[in-house]
Formats: sequence, C-alpha cells, structure tokens
Amino acid sequence: MNSARTLATAARVLRQLRHDPRSIALMLLVPCLMLFLLRYVFDGSPGTFDNIGASLLGIFPLITMFLVTSIATLRERTSGTLERLLAMPLGKADLIAGYALAFGLLAVLQSTLATGLAVWFLGLDVVGSPWLLLLVALLDALLGTALGLFVSAFAASEFQAVQFMPAVIFPQLLLCGLFTPRDQMAPALEALSNVLPMSYAVDGMNEVLRNPDITPDFVRDALVVAGCAVLVLALGAATLRRRTA
Amino acid sequence: MMNSPTGATASTEPARAADDTAAVTAQGLTAVRGGRTVLRGLDFTIPSGRITGLLGPSGCGKTTLMRAIVGTQAQVGGTLQVLGRPAGDPTLRSRIGYVTQDPSVYDDLTVRQNLDYFAAVLFPGRARRHDRRTAVARAITDVDLTSHADSLAGRLSGGQRSRVSLAVALLGTPELLVLDEPTVGLDPVLRRDLWNLFHQIAADRGTTLLVSSHVMDEAERCHRLLLMREGEILADDTPEALRRRNDTATVEEAFLHLVDAAATRATHPETAPPEAGHPAAGHPRTTHEEPRS
Repeated sequence: MNSARTLATAARVLRQLRHDPRSIALMLLVPCLMLFLLRYVFDGSPGTFDNIGASLLGIFPLITMFLVTSIATLRERTSGTLERLLAMPLGKADLIAGYALAFGLLAVLQSTLATGLAVWFLGLDVVGSPWLLLLVALLDALLGTALGLFVSAFAASEFQAVQFMPAVIFPQLLLCGLFTPRDQMAPALEALSNVLPMSYAVDGMNEVLRNPDITPDFVRDALVVAGCAVLVLALGAATLRRRTA
Repeated sequence: MMNSPTGATASTEPARAADDTAAVTAQGLTAVRGGRTVLRGLDFTIPSGRITGLLGPSGCGKTTLMRAIVGTQAQVGGTLQVLGRPAGDPTLRSRIGYVTQDPSVYDDLTVRQNLDYFAAVLFPGRARRHDRRTAVARAITDVDLTSHADSLAGRLSGGQRSRVSLAVALLGTPELLVLDEPTVGLDPVLRRDLWNLFHQIAADRGTTLLVSSHVMDEAERCHRLLLMREGEILADDTPEALRRRNDTATVEEAFLHLVDAAATRATHPETAPPEAGHPAAGHPRTTHEEPRS
C-alpha cells in the first residue's frame, strides 16, 4: 500500500464528484430534509422523534454511501478504468482506501449537517455527546461504502446495482429496531437482527441518546460496526481481480 | 523493414541476438473465455522497438491475445514472456502501456485531471511532482489535445476520447505499448497523424508497439504483421514478404489468399500442400464456404 497513491485516488474521486454538484446537494440535503419532515410528523410526541431521529442519523449515511459507492465502483468497472488501474502499479488496497477516504469525508460533512440540524434546531434530545453521534455516523458511512463496494462486484449494470439497495439494506432496516425494539421480536428474528451490522449502528446511536457517558455497550456497538466495515472492505478487495475472463 | 528476423535474413543473424530483441515470446499460448478456446496454441515473437500489427477479422481473438500479453486475461495457458518476465508479473505493470478498444478514462474529469491522476499512480509522491507535470504535458502534446486539455473527457468526440485514453498509456514512457484498434472511427487525417506518432514513438523512444486493427490498409504501415483468424496465427511476417510470398498486390489479398489456403487444407487434408504459404494456385473457392471441422 502506498499513501500517495491512496490520497491521489481519494482526490480523484472527490474531483469527479465536484463536477456533479447536483449529486453533492442531494447527498447533503436529503437527510436534513427527512429529519425536518420527521420532526413535524411527530410534532405531538417528541419522545418518538428522539428515538427515530437518532436511529436515522445512523441509517442515512449507511444508505447514501451504499448507493454512491456501489454505482461509482460499478462505473469504474464498466468504463474499463478499473481494468486499466489494475494493469498499472496500483495496489487494490490503495484503490479501496481511496474510495473509503473520499466517501468517508463526504459522510463526515453529511453527518455534521444532519446531526447539527437535529440537535440544535429540531430539538433532538441527546443525553450523550453529539460527537459520539458523529463517530457512529462515520462508522456507518464506512460500512455503507464497504457494502456498496462489495455488492458492485455482483451487479452487471446500474439497474442491478440499485436493486441491491432494497435487497441488502431493507431487511436490516426492518430488523434494526427502528420499528419494533429488537428484544420484542420473535426469537428467530431477534437472532437474525443480532448478526446484521445495522442493528449495532442503531443500538449505538440509542446508547448515546440515553447515556451521558461512553458505556461498554456503546464501545461494543461501535467496534462491531467498525469490524464489519473492515471485514466487508476486505471482501470487496477480494472481488477486484487483476485477471478477468 | 530490413531487420526482420525471419525469411532470408534470419540465417545471417545470430540466434541469440534475435532472442534478445524479442519483446514478447509466446509458445503454445492458449486462452479460454467462457468455456470457449479463443487462442489455440499460438507461437510467435514480437520484435523489440518495432511496430507489429495484429490483424484479423472481429472476434478472431485479437483482444484476448492483447489482454494475455498485458496480463489481464484469466485462464491463459502455454508460455508467454513479456520484456523478459512472465506475462502478468507485477514488475511489468509500470513497463507496459495498454489502450483498450473503448476509451477507458473518467468522463467526469477533464483531460488534464485524468492524466494527472494516472500520472500520480505511476509516479506517486511529492518528490516526483516535476516528473508528473512533464509527463502529463508531453502526453497531451503527443496526442495533440492541448486545446482540449481542460474539457471534460465526456464532452469530447469519440476520436478525442480515444486519444485521451492513448495519452494515459503514453504517460509512463512504457517499453511496450499495446493498442487495441486505436484508429477505429477516426478520420483519415487523424489516422495518418496517429500512425506518424506511433512511428515517432518507436523510433525516438525505442518503444515496442503492438497495434491491432481489422482494417487491412493499416497493415502496410507496420514493420511486421501477425495475421490472425479464429484463434490461430495465419502468418507472421513483414508486409512486403507477405505480399511477395503470396504473389499479391496488397496485404488484404495476401490475407484472403491465406484464409482460402487454410480452408482448403481443412476440407481436403489429404491433398493439403505440405507448407503454408504455397497453396495450390488456381483453386478458386468462395470465401463464404465455412467448413466446420
């Protein structure tokens, strides 16, 4: 791995994005708009807004980064630039780390805006530190990047890549505790939710919401999300082949 | 033209010198794509510092052969030595430039941004910033895109985009340049300019070029030719020798002659002439007959 090549790759990905201001605007503003809507949908029950709002702060970066990365890497594969890069002296880790870095940076921006809006303007009642919310959001974004990178290897077209979003994200969304607390689900479903990374992302957000300090549960949740991200990134790297049929 | 290592001149050259000047050597090279054998045991050499044309109809295995040399083709058998290393060796990655048939550049970056990024992959680090700047400037001049350097690659015409793709391959001053149909869809003036550039690169930088085409008139511009058909090499010679040997006016006619001869051998193996290149003359066949064997 070579840090100069990683940084050059991250800079290139960001430069590509800069030529597409509409995508940047959508990425940054849509989560804010959703939170805003949510706040007024639950105008009568601030408790519900706290719960769902905090969970969503963890879910938004995951979904956005999943979509962005899966399409971006699919384009890299179909345009032939991936083949060209892999025929050049570029490490696979350089490429993946470059993507993770660029989209991670974007995720920080997105999460800062969303968290700031929720905590200071929409009255999201967080007992813990907003910095921890930001940390979890960043880890979620990395997980989303990793998942997107991984599934793009199995998509032959943008059409398929977009369809992977419901296939990979929705089950996690249903089982993560956003709609029903996980301990109230049927045992089989609860067991399933225990092995899905988004559950830990949402649990982590809720730990920050309720506890003033860093709890052992929070540390575990953050580590699980980070571990999953690293694992899936490694799997994603394995899908990049220098020799193809 | 005169230093071809085959035919009459071959005996006058010491065998070792011929070995040393081969940029690519293949023995029994095979490749399988999707369960189909695309390359059927090829033996050939590509001389160093020359332009070798790889000609043949679409689908005959040109791209697969090029990908095997570059080291991006999976399921390759036989021996394939490229610049003294086995094909696909990691040390070759900075020594080979490869231009795919479809331009592989980022459409949402400008020409210069594309080149800047690929240059950063080839010459990473702050210390080599100067190298990068020089290489990018030279590559843009090489392909004559100075006036479009700050346009988005996606906004350029097809021919301009393929020149951006070529510029990327020229960045690292590769020892071997593999170009898959670089002139397809270009107007005659641009095609002439590009071929002049190829000759200039071979002459000034000592680069070995392998250029594929399915347009036979480009064959005359190469030092050597590999004629391919259905995963086999029909001929490996200079354009003049090909014309002379088959007694034809153009390489295209020579190619058709060789194809007919191969078809005759396939259908009548017992009456086949013992040597390729000396087929029984006056044996007219329609090229539409495709014998299955």
